[in-house]
Amino acid sequence: ERDGGGRLYPGHIRASPLQKALLAAGSALAALRDPYRHDMVAVLGETTGCLVLPNLRDKMRNDPEGSRILQERPRIRLATLDVEGLRRLPEGTLGREYLRFLEDNKVSPDTRMPAKFVDDEELAYVIQRYREVHDLMHTLLGMPTNMLGEVVVKWFEAVQTGLPMCVLGAAFGPIHLNARKLQVLATELIPWAVRSGRNANCVLNIYYEQRWEQPVASLREEIGIFPPP
Amino acid sequence: VYQVFESVARKYDVMNDSMSLGIHRVWKDVLLHKMNPSPGTLLLDVAGGTGDIAFRFINYVRSVRERQLRRKLKHHQNLSWQEIADSYQEEAIKPLGDSQVVVCDINTEMLKVGRQKAEHLGYSEGLSWVVGNAEELPFGDEKFDVYTVAFGIRNVTHIDLALQEAYRVLKPGGRFLCLEFSQVTNPVLSRLYDLYSFQIIPVLGEIIAGDWKSYQYLVESIRRFPPQEEFKEMIEDAGFLKVDYQNLTSGIVAIHSGFKL
Repeated sequence: ERDGGGRLYPGHIRASPLQKALLAAGSALAALRDPYRHDMVAVLGETTGCLVLPNLRDKMRNDPEGSRILQERPRIRLATLDVEGLRRLPEGTLGREYLRFLEDNKVSPDTRMPAKFVDDEELAYVIQRYREVHDLMHTLLGMPTNMLGEVVVKWFEAVQTGLPMCVLGAAFGPIHLNARKLQVLATELIPWAVRSGRNANCVLNIYYEQRWEQPVASLREEIGIFPPP
Repeated sequence: VYQVFESVARKYDVMNDSMSLGIHRVWKDVLLHKMNPSPGTLLLDVAGGTGDIAFRFINYVRSVRERQLRRKLKHHQNLSWQEIADSYQEEAIKPLGDSQVVVCDINTEMLKVGRQKAEHLGYSEGLSWVVGNAEELPFGDEKFDVYTVAFGIRNVTHIDLALQEAYRVLKPGGRFLCLEFSQVTNPVLSRLYDLYSFQIIPVLGEIIAGDWKSYQYLVESIRRFPPQEEFKEMIEDAGFLKVDYQNLTSGIVAIHSGFKL
């Protein structure tokens, strides 16, 4: 742990099994206390994801579009997005709606934390891709970035990826919601998210950057996401 | 080093409490008792960032002053009411008895946190906050009665220069006091301490401050610092006399003391 050796990718931190266990427990508690600690959610994902990430990676390898993503390693960054080009796209296309989502909710794809505690650089990319695609999930599901929207997306992602962090977030996220929202969540939103998650193909296998012009409705149909309630 | 402390400044106090389980407060109290300052002392606290030593100094001097005034009153049984009222006024005007502490730190973020803490806790007079480098202090020669550096000197690139500067700014008769991490004397405890330092502290840094790397650096800098005897010799090299040290908590920290005579 002392020197700079043993780093598989920039930002990689080698942690012992004891440290990973402590990190998992500590980040879970920290995220529960303050759900806006995105860094803690990220750490939780990395330290608990080790069993699931290889499955996700294999799903990508077995799909032609997914394996292209693994090879080309695209990153979603404001610098590489042609923002004005996206703005000019017709209403209802993925690119236009994604941009609208970013601006309405005042978020940026650049705030996604890079992976630190994953000990395989391909798996580090997989979890990175999952994080960067999260905003596109919001767009495809039509969910805003408030607590309720985030919980719905987490349910969808939990079913899709099986990442323990998503499962925990889906299970414990609703703690911060009031009764009225919980009702809507339980009766309409969660069942829809779960059904869509089960029905849909693996969302990590879509090369979103090559589909900006595709209408959102058509992409939803292609993937297998049911229209939002 | 500067960037490490910039990111660390905000959460500094929380991390100190978490890492040392609050024991750092005891260590600092011991430092003040060893110093035993009397009212009228001029203290320079270097790398004092968030003000822990400075506030303790003020509290100590204030209580010494109160005791002084009360003792004076007791001795003069035949005081007139006017004289008694005057001495209460004296206590009100000069609660510190002209004692002063200058907190000097290279990092403006740490000083900012310190100033905010002072305001929050109600410390107003006798305190100054100055930006400065321990290797080249912005003060004239022979200005201070006591020079302290608590958990700061291990971060200085040229420790010998800092010690020389300490010697320069102290008045003749002045005292140098350093509270710093040192080498653990007991081999069993040393193993446990290493385990704790390398396994737990970076994790705490990540969870509490979102900063693994800074606390990894901290743990490494502690290991690199010279052990008790070697540091004692360095202090003697700078010209200090009657240099000795006191181990606390089996050598996890040590207080080194020297005089400019």
